Amino acid sequence: MDSFALLAHGFAVAFQPFNLLYALIGVTLGTAVGVLPGIGPALTVALLLPVTYKLDPAGSLIMFAGIYYGGMYGGSTTSILLNTPGESASIVTALEGNKMARAGRGGPALATAAIGSFVAGLIATMALALIAPTIVKFALSFGAPEYFALMMLAFMTVSAAFGDSTLRGLTALFIGLALGLIGADGLSGQVRLGFGIPDLTDGVEITTLAVALFAIGETLSVAASKSTGEGKIEPVKGSVWMNREDWSRSWKPWLRGTFIGFPIGAMPAGGAEIGTFLSYSVEKQLSKKPEEFGHGAIEGVAGPEAANNASAAGTLVPLLTLGLPTSATAAIMLAGFQQFGLQPGPLLFATNPQLVWGLIASLLVANFMLLVLNLPLVGLWVRLLSIPRHWLYAGILVFATLGTIGANPSTFELGMLLLFGLLGYFLRLFGYPIAPVVVGLILGPMAEIHFRRALQISQGDFTVFVGSPISVILLLLAVCAVVVPLILRARGKGKVLAALAANED
Amino acid sequence: MTQETPSSEARRPDRAALAIAAGIAIVAAIIAYSTATAVGGSATRIGPAVFPYAIAGGLFILAIWTAFEAMRGDFPEREEQRIQPVVWIVGGLVAQMLLLHITGFAIATGLLFAATARGFGKGPLWMTVPIGIVLSFIIWVIFAKGLELSLPAGPLERLI
Repeated sequence: MDSFALLAHGFAVAFQPFNLLYALIGVTLGTAVGVLPGIGPALTVALLLPVTYKLDPAGSLIMFAGIYYGGMYGGSTTSILLNTPGESASIVTALEGNKMARAGRGGPALATAAIGSFVAGLIATMALALIAPTIVKFALSFGAPEYFALMMLAFMTVSAAFGDSTLRGLTALFIGLALGLIGADGLSGQVRLGFGIPDLTDGVEITTLAVALFAIGETLSVAASKSTGEGKIEPVKGSVWMNREDWSRSWKPWLRGTFIGFPIGAMPAGGAEIGTFLSYSVEKQLSKKPEEFGHGAIEGVAGPEAANNASAAGTLVPLLTLGLPTSATAAIMLAGFQQFGLQPGPLLFATNPQLVWGLIASLLVANFMLLVLNLPLVGLWVRLLSIPRHWLYAGILVFATLGTIGANPSTFELGMLLLFGLLGYFLRLFGYPIAPVVVGLILGPMAEIHFRRALQISQGDFTVFVGSPISVILLLLAVCAVVVPLILRARGKGKVLAALAANED
Repeated sequence: MTQETPSSEARRPDRAALAIAAGIAIVAAIIAYSTATAVGGSATRIGPAVFPYAIAGGLFILAIWTAFEAMRGDFPEREEQRIQPVVWIVGGLVAQMLLLHITGFAIATGLLFAATARGFGKGPLWMTVPIGIVLSFIIWVIFAKGLELSLPAGPLERLI
């Protein structure tokens, strides 16, 4: 069967009333958390994991994917109207979008962001449906050594390749890997780093760690910050519709943003931020009115927003086809699959096609819902921005602990939550990235199992890891992901410093 | 931190970053020690001890690297932090943790709610504590009764 027949079957699943309802809940929640500063899609999915234990797997996963897409849409609203990006991938949108809002063009900025997100989401989800079967076919030939190499590559790109410091990225990754060691070893059952505490036998709960790092760490970090962070909300004046010129200046950036964002999301290369930055600089280069950049150029909103959503869809490619999460949200979605006893990867396409294709079809449905939710109803979301911070964060902590208590109502688990929350606060304080910790915790034990399995099959022969061209290439790429940025940074830093010095004259 | 670090001055060793380096080294040592003293283990050469040693080794290298950057003052400058809000919020979390099984979900979580709001400068507590308890009680009803989540019940929850 080709992709389209499979996708048609997927739509049959997606259009079941309950799945439509889950998708609607997902996109609504996702938009809300995207709009609210301080909570992102990763945290929301983590909070919902314990609540969905008793729900239907397909429905829950559809809801999670809706949250992911919705978060990407909602984030743009906050960056345009408040200049405080709701999630990291919307930073670039704030550059031009907030300038447009200040100039009274907030409406068209919101519209180009929403329609651009829609176009990108549509194309990228179709691309996901088209290339997934090919990757699955390819991945079926993967053995333990290839998977190990793939995970090494994911580790290195998520932690070292991007962000502002190789050292702090790697340190965050190793904290996650060390936490992943705790508990019974997957192959021998031996308890490691248990320190005689029975509660540690099952290891560190992914949801506890994610909720603590994202919710509690973020709350502490915001509370302790001296700057109040309360920006001015720009009211949306005039029509939200775009005029002829806006359309003609937007459609090319949408398409370019999509084609930049999707591959970046699809490669095991982490965050959606990179695609948005790339798209922004491309639009700046190609624009007929480069002088408008920095003063509210619509291209600077259209391109990055499209790239942002396209890379969210791209992230689902390695997650669904290889079981490889490359962002914090994807890592927690993987935990969501595992909660239902499902392991994403090539086998899932064979054993549970209704679920996989239903999920992909639901993404297309969710995308339509989001367009409706975000354009005419944008005024409703803007009101969320006026919730006072003290109630907002008090509510976030109540729900954060609710999720943990619901999963395991023990004093010990809450103690872990507090401990990891403080860890999250200190990581933020000292400029360490958070996502590598979560990815390390989830992928670490999986990488270990593939590593040991490979050596069991080869009877201890280490050359098994360079035994196929695929694993050699993947391992080489992993090395490049660490070394190249180190060199670039060593050089680039000098340039940046020089530029700063020149500006001060 | 007592030490003032004006940005115009030449960068000096970052004490907090040095402390991080020491912390990472200690974690590495704990992992290595715990793995070395673990009883049992499998007979195969690549047993459950290989990864812990590798990760401990990696952490140790990162500790040295961190110390090196700390000495050069390469860490990004930090915003000055307010301690009081952190104390309030952590206090709220500790109170919830200790009281959860004694007073039940609603009262314990209500205190967390009020303490967090206080951390963000919202008072007075006589107003925020009842608000928090009522809110948490509603949440308890929805999630414990509606979604069958096992949230501990206390005197308040047993009323219904």
